[in-house]
Amino acid sequence: MLTFNTLVGVCLLYVIMLFVVAFVADKRARRSKVRFLTSPMIYTLSLSVYCTAWTFYGAVGNAARSGLEYVTIYLGPTLVMIGWWWFLRKLVRVGRSQRVTSIADLVSSRYGKSNLLGVLVTLIAVIGTTPYIALQLQSVTLSFAVFARDRSAGWVIPDLEQTAIWVAGGLALFTILFGTRNLDVNERHHGVVTAIAVEAVVKLVALMAVGIFVVWGIGGGAQGISAAMEQAIQAAPEGAWSLQGGRWVGLTFLSAAAFLTLPRMFQVLVVENVDERQLATASWAFPLYLFLMSLFVIPIAVVGLAILPKGENPDLFVLTLPLYFEQDGLAMLAFLGGFSSATSMVIVASIALATMVSNHIIMPIWLSTRLGVGASEYRDARQILLSARRLSIVGILALGYFYYRISGGGAALAAIGLISFAGVAQVLPAMAGGLFWRGASRSGAVAGLITGFAIWAYTLFLPSFGEAGVMSAAMLADGPWGIAALRPQALFGVDGLDPVVHALFWSLILNCAVFVLISLLSFPSPLERLQAAQFVNVLDHSGPTRGRSFNAATSEDLLVMAQQIMGSDQAQAWFQAQAEQQGKQGYLPDTTPDFIGRLERELSGLVGTATAHAMIAQILGGATVSVDDLLAVADETQQMLEQTSQMEAKQLELTTTARQLSEVNEKLTQLSIQKDAFLSQISHELRTPMTSIRAFSEILRDGGADDPEAAARHASIIHDESVRLTRLLDDLLDLSVLENGQVQLYPRREVVRDVLDRAIAATSSVIDQEKMHIHRNRSDEGIALYTDTDRLAQVFINLISNAAKYCDAKDKRLAIRVRQRGGRLQVDFVDNGSGVPLESQSMIFEKFSRLSDQAAAGGAGLGLAICREIMDKLDGSITYLPGQSGAAFRVTLPIGTHSPFGRTSSLGINHL
Amino acid sequence: MTRQVLVIEDEPNIAEAISFILSRDGWSVSTHASGTTAVQAVRDAKPDVLILDVMLPGKSGYDILQDLRSADDTRALPVLMLTARGQKTDRELAERLGVNRFMTKPFSNSEMLTNLRELVGG
Repeated sequence: MLTFNTLVGVCLLYVIMLFVVAFVADKRARRSKVRFLTSPMIYTLSLSVYCTAWTFYGAVGNAARSGLEYVTIYLGPTLVMIGWWWFLRKLVRVGRSQRVTSIADLVSSRYGKSNLLGVLVTLIAVIGTTPYIALQLQSVTLSFAVFARDRSAGWVIPDLEQTAIWVAGGLALFTILFGTRNLDVNERHHGVVTAIAVEAVVKLVALMAVGIFVVWGIGGGAQGISAAMEQAIQAAPEGAWSLQGGRWVGLTFLSAAAFLTLPRMFQVLVVENVDERQLATASWAFPLYLFLMSLFVIPIAVVGLAILPKGENPDLFVLTLPLYFEQDGLAMLAFLGGFSSATSMVIVASIALATMVSNHIIMPIWLSTRLGVGASEYRDARQILLSARRLSIVGILALGYFYYRISGGGAALAAIGLISFAGVAQVLPAMAGGLFWRGASRSGAVAGLITGFAIWAYTLFLPSFGEAGVMSAAMLADGPWGIAALRPQALFGVDGLDPVVHALFWSLILNCAVFVLISLLSFPSPLERLQAAQFVNVLDHSGPTRGRSFNAATSEDLLVMAQQIMGSDQAQAWFQAQAEQQGKQGYLPDTTPDFIGRLERELSGLVGTATAHAMIAQILGGATVSVDDLLAVADETQQMLEQTSQMEAKQLELTTTARQLSEVNEKLTQLSIQKDAFLSQISHELRTPMTSIRAFSEILRDGGADDPEAAARHASIIHDESVRLTRLLDDLLDLSVLENGQVQLYPRREVVRDVLDRAIAATSSVIDQEKMHIHRNRSDEGIALYTDTDRLAQVFINLISNAAKYCDAKDKRLAIRVRQRGGRLQVDFVDNGSGVPLESQSMIFEKFSRLSDQAAAGGAGLGLAICREIMDKLDGSITYLPGQSGAAFRVTLPIGTHSPFGRTSSLGINHL
Repeated sequence: MTRQVLVIEDEPNIAEAISFILSRDGWSVSTHASGTTAVQAVRDAKPDVLILDVMLPGKSGYDILQDLRSADDTRALPVLMLTARGQKTDRELAERLGVNRFMTKPFSNSEMLTNLRELVGG
């Protein structure tokens, strides 16, 4: 006997299982063991998010009411999948090359990165999806109610509204936990996708189990079923089971359009697609899945009609049949199948919608409050983005819940589904036109979308609230103000059509007509033309974007902004890789158009195309796109594009080589100049202390000061200056030995914390003198190292005392951050001063490159040069980290392993 | 009457040594450590002779010398230049700018005194 508590318990267990699956998959993806996740089967199964509770429960209801018509819902997607080579392939390619994050982003990006379009599509998607989410909540609560009914013994009849709230809240929590755990540049959610794939299996198994039980358990096999079918056909009202050509074509087309434009379908089809080749497998595997899902629909419907008492809701036959025969286990499985269908839809849809709402509505508003501010003002962008996502998820589920409350959950499941389908299908003309027609323009797309959406709302959505709802019965029957041509369900006198087909016909026809007409009449902007060429010809050349040149932009500003959005590590790594590609060292690549384009695409993955474009344009000082440049690109033939891209590749190669050559050349010249400067510097550094020594020793020789105190002071100056001289010689020798590579290393095992403690103790006098505060997180510093820790401590001492001496903040602070990255240790020293000016950053590791002339600071400017040599010897590096608040240095080195021979081989054999 | 000498030198120990040597020889010595404000310091102190270091913070000794030589009130001021960079080019540059004496560090105390006395004509 199933109790309400068992049911809830099983649901909870099931959700926990999904959590674990999602968690493990996420973890694996993070460790880049993605082979299993990129498998086409997971992809195919994740597409089953198409089959919601509507398909799970509603298909049987539909079949009971209208015979084979439910097949159209499966037919549309099947046709799209079979024809993947023509449409889906292009869509996925565009999605990947433009780093599209949602269907709103795709449309916005195609029409000149227009945020108006992004907002429009987002609104359509939210309005179109809300009833659908309500539908899922309804189906879950209804299925709870089914268990409650007839079994009052031991059952507290659950409060349905309460149940719906709990379901909505739980789903919001799950979605937030796995959909917005962090920001991925590609907007992919491996954990969620894997959980969805598991749910796909559960619903298929559940439906087939019920089907097999119905056919062979109670229906008397194939013969029994065909008898029941004849009976059902005879019992059905006149014409209900006969095929209506118009409605069939209309519904098939509608489901195909919805398959492409539903936000959740776009999410799994395009955004979560890891490899284009997955499509080839999905093209047969997904239709097969749909076929299996639909196989037992008719038998369940006819057996339900024949056996269950009259008036039983056919939408719930899948549940009520096993319950009627007291098959509690099977009923439980069916319940879980329905639960899976509902949850997977809601999770993916709310992730997709949240991405759209936060990228196209919340972020642009936030950004506009920050107009004209510098890059550093994007500090909290990442956090804002995550919060925006979370808020959107909660908002979307709340919207679904309120729709459920308001609509009362009365309408048949299939009806709500079709209304949603028709709403989101309005995006199809703009999307398909954008992919295949270069003439499609932004104005056309906007006008078409608004027209189609308005007609959909007028002819289908508003009337769906019923005669007592938004529209009065009189208005439905006679049209507004009695104008018959404007009757919502018989527009322009087209009468007698099915309401869905009628609405679909008029909304799409007028949508397309307005879209094409306005596109032909309007003149697209240069950026639109560029994007049009990129979209329409995506299969011929997936080459890099061209067309902008900014010289004034400082890449440091861009880095600062990118750090706020991508996170410091990722941004630094990415900038470094880009700089390396250009043949440069460090973190700051040249701001070539190519680099800017890549950065924009990288950021698009996080904040959407239009926002990324706006952010970069803002940093680049509002620099606009060169019209001629754009037109040149947009109007070139494919062939020319092909040639140019080849030539560009060659040119890029040449430029890189030339740059490397000139960098080497420059280095050589610099070295020669440096050598002279070095000698002159050494001369100066040696002569200065010597001057004091000689002058005071001559004074002493010639009798000295009469005052014994003065004489003692003179002697101590001689002493101090000799020490300074010795230290300089030591540094010079140290550097020379390090540079010649004849250095002996004494590796040993030590914890980083101890090395830092030693370094700070050694610099305590200068730290106290300069009143500097050091911030450490000692719990992060427990990493054991195997290296020459005395040499490492020497580097730390240098960096700490430099910070103490050169930091120009009033209240000096130095933060030391220790992290482990793979097998490497990373120690950052960041102070709160004004940092090293950009033009000096490349110089500071050179010998005698003291930035100020103050000899008073002590040392001869050899410290960082020695540090660099030491880190080189330890297989590590020391770099200046631009874009931080003050001067920032990063030391990295391998953590090292203790070999049985006492030292690692790379350190050389010095003693046994 | 005591002779006035101004020492422009940023190394405190060297400035102290020169002060001591000259004071003992009966000079009235004042010192100044910054290159930026050196010309103004010369105007304020109105010394009989100037000892000028080359590597100074803010402004080099050469630039200071050039400024002194182009202003009427300091054009004729005797200048003894001291540098730790005793290369031939350094000396040539100083002479072109109109230096009166040029000495490399480290210097002999007595030699410096001799040079100074010659510069003020005693």
